[in-house]
Amino acid sequence: MLIAPILLPLLSMVILIFTRRWLVFQQTFSLLATIMLTVISLTLLLDINTNGIITIQMGSWPAPYGITLIGDLLASIMLLTTSFVAIVVMIYSPGFIDRERQTAGYYPLVFGLLMGVNGAFLTGDIFNLYVWYEVMLTSSFVLIALGGSAEQLRGSVKYVTISFVASIFFVSAIGIIYGQTGTLNMADLAYKMRTWDDMPYINSGLMLFFIAFSIKSALFPFFFWLPASYHTPPVAITALFAGTLTKVGIYTMIRFFSLFVVQDVVFWKTFLLVIAGLTMSIGVMMAASQFDIRKILSFHIISQVGYMVMGLAIFTVNSVAAAIYFTVHNMLSKTNTFLAGGLVYQRSGSYDLKYLGGLYKTMPFLAILFFVPAMSLAGIPPLPGFFGKFFLIKGGFEAGQYVITAVAILVGLFTLFSMIKIWNEAYWKKEPDDMPEPGPVSKGTLVATALLAAAVVALGVFAGPVMEVCHAAALQVTSPEVYIEAVLGN
Amino acid sequence: MSTGLVVLLLIILAGVAPLTRRYLKGMAGWIYAVFPFGGFVYYLSLLPRINAGEVITERFSWIPVYGIDFSFYVDGFGVLFSLIVLGIGTFIMVYAGYYMKPYPMKGRFLGYLALFMASMLGIVVSGNLITMFVFWELTSISSFMLIGYYHEKPEARMAALHALLITGFGGLALIGGFVLLAIPYGTYELSVILTDPAAIQNSNLYVPALLLILVGAFTKSAQFPFHFWLPGAMAAPSPVSAYLHSATMVKAGVFLLARLNPVLGGTDLWMILLTTFGATTMVVGAWLSITQTDLKRILAYTTVSALGTLVLLIGTGTKYAINAAIIFLLVHALYKGTLFMMAGNIEKMTGTRDITKLGGLYKYMPFAAVVMGLALVSMAGIPPLLGFIGKELIYEAKMYAPTARVVLIAASFFTNVVLVFLSFRLFFDVFKGTEPSYEKKPAAPSLALIIGPFFLVLASLVLGVYPTAIATPLTSQAVLSISPFIEAITLKIWHGFNLVLGLSALTVLSGYLMYRHKKKVFIVADKLNIKYFTREFSRTFTTSIDSFLVFAKGQTKNLQHGYHRFYLMTVFVVASVLVWTMIWRADPIILEINFSEMPLNLVAVVVLIIAAALSAVTSHSRVIALVAMGVIGFGIAIIFIAFSGTDLAITMILVETLMIILAMALLLQLPAYKIYSDTGARMRDGLVAVLVGSFMMVMVLQAGTSQLGEPISEFFKEKSYTEAFGRNIVNVILVDFRALDTLGEITVIAIAALGIYSMIKFTKNKQV
Repeated sequence: MLIAPILLPLLSMVILIFTRRWLVFQQTFSLLATIMLTVISLTLLLDINTNGIITIQMGSWPAPYGITLIGDLLASIMLLTTSFVAIVVMIYSPGFIDRERQTAGYYPLVFGLLMGVNGAFLTGDIFNLYVWYEVMLTSSFVLIALGGSAEQLRGSVKYVTISFVASIFFVSAIGIIYGQTGTLNMADLAYKMRTWDDMPYINSGLMLFFIAFSIKSALFPFFFWLPASYHTPPVAITALFAGTLTKVGIYTMIRFFSLFVVQDVVFWKTFLLVIAGLTMSIGVMMAASQFDIRKILSFHIISQVGYMVMGLAIFTVNSVAAAIYFTVHNMLSKTNTFLAGGLVYQRSGSYDLKYLGGLYKTMPFLAILFFVPAMSLAGIPPLPGFFGKFFLIKGGFEAGQYVITAVAILVGLFTLFSMIKIWNEAYWKKEPDDMPEPGPVSKGTLVATALLAAAVVALGVFAGPVMEVCHAAALQVTSPEVYIEAVLGN
Repeated sequence: MSTGLVVLLLIILAGVAPLTRRYLKGMAGWIYAVFPFGGFVYYLSLLPRINAGEVITERFSWIPVYGIDFSFYVDGFGVLFSLIVLGIGTFIMVYAGYYMKPYPMKGRFLGYLALFMASMLGIVVSGNLITMFVFWELTSISSFMLIGYYHEKPEARMAALHALLITGFGGLALIGGFVLLAIPYGTYELSVILTDPAAIQNSNLYVPALLLILVGAFTKSAQFPFHFWLPGAMAAPSPVSAYLHSATMVKAGVFLLARLNPVLGGTDLWMILLTTFGATTMVVGAWLSITQTDLKRILAYTTVSALGTLVLLIGTGTKYAINAAIIFLLVHALYKGTLFMMAGNIEKMTGTRDITKLGGLYKYMPFAAVVMGLALVSMAGIPPLLGFIGKELIYEAKMYAPTARVVLIAASFFTNVVLVFLSFRLFFDVFKGTEPSYEKKPAAPSLALIIGPFFLVLASLVLGVYPTAIATPLTSQAVLSISPFIEAITLKIWHGFNLVLGLSALTVLSGYLMYRHKKKVFIVADKLNIKYFTREFSRTFTTSIDSFLVFAKGQTKNLQHGYHRFYLMTVFVVASVLVWTMIWRADPIILEINFSEMPLNLVAVVVLIIAAALSAVTSHSRVIALVAMGVIGFGIAIIFIAFSGTDLAITMILVETLMIILAMALLLQLPAYKIYSDTGARMRDGLVAVLVGSFMMVMVLQAGTSQLGEPISEFFKEKSYTEAFGRNIVNVILVDFRALDTLGEITVIAIAALGIYSMIKFTKNKQV
């Protein structure tokens, strides 16, 4: 069962590679496969929620020697959210992405990406994690350049090279840690790190990991690739990236922090808090000055990732639970805003606020579809963004972390400002005279955006039960012995 | 029927209104008004129970992990406030239904109005801080939509943005304050928090919690220096001003202060902050209202002043002050709602709100003039309207204020004189005097437009005439709710001849004199304004937003500059600094390099590699550089062989060969070699390279030095043949022990191939 979220995308990818030209088949099959993936993820989540952590040993080789796959609550929450986002993007894509791109391997690449992402969530082995990262990144390299417009290529060069640097750091860190500790299994490594009294230099290896993951999560000062590339591909692809990629980096960081930060904990916490504060405030500041909807949203990704790191760095059950809830919210809300931005583009032919206007009057439904996720990002109740922020503030204050919490509160105001900026310009402002001819909005894109908006609302209204699961997940994260025991036994 | 159901019904109305308005046409306002009216009747029916001392509560589990419930808490104060919200709301619905007729998107407008009503009601009856906060923010959002109703006008958009930013800022502070406040209690339930002030007041969280909550309350209730959003919000249609900006939303901050008075109040800090900000706001609002000419802006500034008065009274906290606060809250809601609706009517009938372009309207709308006149009498604090009782209590409160009595009395006196002055002005300059030439002949406002003002004034009159029988039962329990240890005063209109009455008379007289000499007053006020009060807050706010944007733009250019090489350089430099810091933080570096054990042939290979690397860097020929790179690659392969990694060496040689051949082929396509960078840049790049290379080297050496555990490769050596049946360990690792890795890597290759295919496909299409 645990391997299914990896195998299903693999099989789908293979099938889709060989049926590239049958467009309708590609579209239908992809949708069905993502639905199936969601069902599997949901089953896993329910199973793990009642029966506890699940592990399997690939090839039946015992724990520290073979590759372990492990599903705990955090992993299954991430799986479920990712696959749901994938469903939405699969509904959205046929009406948005041009036929040429769709038949040039778009669908198989999406499944390649999903395979890598899911693998990264489930693996319990550092090197195997690297492999899934490579699967995910290679797919994303192709996806971001797919279509080969000059703008896309310019963006993807930056994306690819900086990502490669991260990969080099990542794999070097693996080599160094393995050389020092002799193990690759995450539970085994975590266990051994708790038995050795003195681990000279282990922190420099961890720092190398941290740098690699913070490049992938777009933390300050490693975020350059994201705003340079995210606005270049068709927005459906950006939406998929926004909902998944940086969050894999955050997920891994949570995992590593929980398992491997044993030595010098205070230093790591403080260090991460500083990074979190800088990331959220600089991200939001950069977003405020933009005029392209996609760029505003891209810079916001950075800012919001800062919140997740904040929850992680405080590292109490409540703060980690908040970070997990916030991550889920962000995956949905952020994807939703991008998709809504795509609708604006379909309708008006531009993403530039200077050339937009009047959509509130002409397209009230579209206005709602943007307003819901935008207000969610801005932290307005009863939408999930509010709860995410509220839980973080609660976690922060309860842990006595006043400075970072104050920063988080203030950053919220600027987020609100940016969202209102889009609203005022694209929706409320009078339609500019030189606006391009209005185009039709396709049904699929509308349905997909509405579905996601409904999910966003539900995530807020049912914050109680969702938070219960996140809280349980945070309990597992903050007590790594449970994880270690699930893999190694007593 | 239950307390929360009313809120829910109004939310449903908010959803239904935009869809049904077009079918109901002119009747829409009347029909929608049934919802708040029903709620009004329901809350009125609770009054006997409340007056018997009961508190009506309801709870729905919401976020059980943190003990957060969706809960309602209706006490005397809550019921009084909900009657104001729903009572005025009923008339506003009727009024708005008719008022908005000529404008587009009326359905949405009425929907937002209903949403606002629901959230405002939610604030005053919520029994949990988080429940309250949800409604609190919803009032901000619905008010944003309402203020920005004329959204194609830039000033309406800006006013909406300002109001939202200010109240949004307050909201963020407030949630921080709520979280801090709840920490000592472990719950957000008001019923627990309100009964135990000691828990927070003895905690060191008291001051930060108080400050944050005050920021929330002050922004919402337009206290100085946040007051400017309120006059700006006059860009909204009149029904909005009449409802949100007189009786309800702006009172939310006051409500919150009063609600939390039992738990946060009673300390010196509370008193000092509230009286200082309240008194300042009261005076500033009154002062600024003198020179306004737009009817709605006059009213807006007097509202600011009234909000200041309320905050001041709550801060004073004595028996008279709390009683006065409750009465004045009600008084102000009644007359200000009337006046705003009338301002809307006048604008509708004459086409202008500018008081200097109005006059002589009495003969066109005598009934409306009487209604507005009575509201102004209440505002001026003249018997027999409720406003008189309110003002008497305010003076009394000042007389018994614990400190700064003289200052407070003087401030109140000034404010009240201005109110009397404005009452005269608003009546005589609008309804009497010379009649300017109106664009169209003014007509009397129709029933839907006048019914609201009429009933609100009637309420003021009835409550003023029967203070003991009607007003006291309505308000006495509210006093107890916000200050459990003081008694409610039995309201009377006649207090006998005393100092307060004298002061009242003096106020009216001074106000009248001020009106008689209004021209001189304007000249003096203008002079003072130009000399001392030149700061226009709303403009300052706009410029600070603008300068922030300029700053943000500049910083963004510095950070996200677009130069790829500097992005990479930043990544490398920061990475080396961070890793070097970690190395330096660890114990002193011990590098165990034992050169004597190194076989001579390997030393030769290493020397060769280093030489090749140097020549690759310094060479001016691309071919030589490539060949040198090849030498490095093959050198590494030889080292692999020396350590019996034959498989690795073979792979390495294949990859290197292929790379060199491909790169050579590419060389043919490149333009001639040229040096673009100067020596300084090259030195810098060299330094970065050394930084990165050196930390990598140190780390690798360290890893070899401090072996902590037995490597898992021992297991592979052992089991490879016995259990996995393969003699070549590397192969067994690849296809058995770690087959999943191989699967992943194969996938990577497939994806890369697919990528190349699609690239070629697109290039081909473009060429055709």
